[in-house]
Amino acid sequence: MDLEEYRRRARTWLEANAQDGPDGRAGGASDPGGVAAAKEFMAKLYDAGYSGITWPAEWGGQGLTQAEERAFAAEAAAFTLPTYVFSIGLGMCGPTLVDLGTDAQRRRHLRPLLRGEEIWCQLFSEPAAGSDVAALQTRAAATDGGWVVDGQKVWTSVAQHADWGLLLARTDPDVPKHKGLTMFIVDMHAPGVTVRPLRDMTGRAHFNEIFFDGVHIPAENVVGRVGDGWNCAVTTLLHERLSIAGGVGMGGQKDNPVAFEALRRTADTADPVVRDRLVELHIRSRALALFNQRLAQETKAGIFPGARGSAAKLLLAELTMFQADLATSLAGPEAVAWIEDGPGDASPGGTGNGEGPGVGTGDGAGGDGGTAGGDGGLAHAVSLAPAMALGGGTNEIMRNIVSERVLNLPPEPRTDKNVPFKELRTSGEAPR
Amino acid sequence: MRLVPTPEQRELRDAVCSFLAAASPMPAVRRAMESEPGHDPEVYRRLAGELGLTGLTVPEERGGTGAGHAELAVVLEETGAALLPGPFLATTLAAILLTETGEKEILAGVAAGTTTATVVLDGNRALNGAEADVVLTIDGDRVLARTDGERRALRTLDPTRRQALVEPGGEVAAVSAAGIARARDLFAVAVAAEQLGVLRASLEAIVAYSRIRVAFNRVIGSYQAVKHRLADMHCTLEQAESIVRYAAWAADEAPAELPGAAALAQAYLGRACFEVASGSLLLHGGIGFTWEHDAHLYYKRAKADEVLLGPPRVHRARLADLLEL
Ligand SMILES: Cc1cc2nc3c(=O)[nH]c(=O)nc-3n(C[C@H](O)[C@H](O)[C@H](O)COP(=O)(O)OP(=O)(O)OC[C@H]3O[C@@H](n4cnc5c(N)ncnc54)[C@H](O)[C@@H]3O)c2cc1C
Repeated sequence: MDLEEYRRRARTWLEANAQDGPDGRAGGASDPGGVAAAKEFMAKLYDAGYSGITWPAEWGGQGLTQAEERAFAAEAAAFTLPTYVFSIGLGMCGPTLVDLGTDAQRRRHLRPLLRGEEIWCQLFSEPAAGSDVAALQTRAAATDGGWVVDGQKVWTSVAQHADWGLLLARTDPDVPKHKGLTMFIVDMHAPGVTVRPLRDMTGRAHFNEIFFDGVHIPAENVVGRVGDGWNCAVTTLLHERLSIAGGVGMGGQKDNPVAFEALRRTADTADPVVRDRLVELHIRSRALALFNQRLAQETKAGIFPGARGSAAKLLLAELTMFQADLATSLAGPEAVAWIEDGPGDASPGGTGNGEGPGVGTGDGAGGDGGTAGGDGGLAHAVSLAPAMALGGGTNEIMRNIVSERVLNLPPEPRTDKNVPFKELRTSGEAPR
Repeated sequence: MRLVPTPEQRELRDAVCSFLAAASPMPAVRRAMESEPGHDPEVYRRLAGELGLTGLTVPEERGGTGAGHAELAVVLEETGAALLPGPFLATTLAAILLTETGEKEILAGVAAGTTTATVVLDGNRALNGAEADVVLTIDGDRVLARTDGERRALRTLDPTRRQALVEPGGEVAAVSAAGIARARDLFAVAVAAEQLGVLRASLEAIVAYSRIRVAFNRVIGSYQAVKHRLADMHCTLEQAESIVRYAAWAADEAPAELPGAAALAQAYLGRACFEVASGSLLLHGGIGFTWEHDAHLYYKRAKADEVLLGPPRVHRARLADLLEL
């Protein structure tokens, strides 16, 4: 089927099945009902063939390419899909198992993941290891028939709903830091796992801190080889950037109060300065959309985007900040102070009904002043915007990757590569 | 929508690229720009004749190759990357104008590579106006052509391409309001393709230099302050290429999208190309400020191209109108 035809069919399905409501980020920790509805939707999506588009058919996927996946994402952008709680599994954990898992792991996990029956989280970052993930300290010690894990993870998105986690832990502190890591599948319901939601700057709790206290992991849950966790993690991170840039599981732009279509209705376009700012937003949005489409077409033609996905992720992070900043500064005072009144309200700290910015952005009649700012939607957008530039690797890390892996420039000199991990300095310690 | 070159387009690019590498490498560009005509007529003759590039988008029944604007974009990217001096772009714009307005006689010579031509772009300024055989003027819905008239060479910022004041006017060569409107959009796409080449070559030059230039016992390309700028420039290149491919595709396949795509191409590429060319020059250090180094030639071509079809605000205002803001 050619891409245009694929898109047409996807659009038809979405029109018939996609909800016009808030997505599964919905209530977050406070709204299990939202997650149940999201699971129902995910099952429908899977049964229609739009979940796991690029995954091998053998493991429950559709066996198509990123071109179809991006085509679907492009169509889905016109809707609000409740797929957020599945985004980590679909974008990162699942693809890692496709690439590196054992057949038994793939058979056990991939189909329930794709159908939304089981939710996954990614357990990489720690308080002292974010950009420098390989500095992590969570220990996995070998025991009879498996491993025992002790340590702490942080910023773990959707862990409060997760059934499974993809864990990176240190199995050998006596070798250099990149060499002593191993990747595991961990049961989030196992004894000794404590999940504590962390409130983020939007006021809601979408990420968590996780404590592992003598958690047992069976030997067959090792992903890849023992000691090869860093290479496995690189695979996961590559998928992460591509999936973020490609918008996998990120729901849509519909009703987004900071998107061009909303701003043109609410901003004073008689003012030439406002017009020019909107033109700038149009230029940047189109430029990135076309770049993403080009990457999709190249993939279809057999050119794998690889680290160029990090360029797309960086551009998306910058566009997200630019857009939220622009929308709030165009709106003026009502972007930052509004009357709290009912279902459209998305105020930080409120019960919040979703990632969806709520009502009032459709026709400019929502806010008191006839702008999108009047219901807290813009305040929420500007509070949420930094997430894109931090989660999945910061802008600086993306620039390192683009310069080193796309432009082939040399890395900065490293002092941490050939030293046993236990001799390295960590955050908070006095300089040696 | 097609954003990736076809194998045939890649072949065309390789052919033009190796021709220019042999016939017009940078030392030859410098000799040409300091010569009396400002370019090497032999290079132009071969480009037009042997490679048939001046008739690339001219329909076959009017003596051309009948290729599309996606092919033309691939060619202009290479002539831009090589900073090719001479009337190739001017003649290409003339070929576009004559093709779109249904003119035949002048076009036959242009397509055959025997006639050089130029288009008066604003007021009475024209690229390579002093040496072009034919000067075309757009007057309302008419295209006027003349071979005579006073020509006065201008001093130019960009030494690799000349401009002149010409006398507009002449005989009516064609009448077509729609053809002229479309031709103006196609000019925007053509110049954007050249800008993409200039941008790419500027970035390649500084990436290569940053791998060999040493400071503080390290190559400068290992410093984040340098690497991160280059990464940003690479992001600019990715978006620039995507836009040019899109605009060229719209020119060939989606006429209704062309005006928006053309304005987008000029609004993005003009800035992008100059920013990358200037970033490249600065990261070269002191050598970048010398006459001898090529960085300033790219910088100057980028600036000249940015304002060639009117200053950036013109294209942004056009976009605003098309978006009905
Ligand atoms: C919304 C959100 C969701 C997240 N979800 C998850 C998740 O599900 N699972 C998970 O494992 N993690 C998750 N994270 C964590 C995220 O990956 C890290 O926060 C991120 O990689 C940065 O690490 P850090 O917080 O330790 O910052 P640090 O690494 O301490 O960075 C601090 C600053 O130093 C800069 N810096 C660090 N190293 C370099 C360098 N080499 N060169 C230049 N600058 C450098 C950074 O760019 C940054 O500006 C999430 C984060 C957010 C914000």
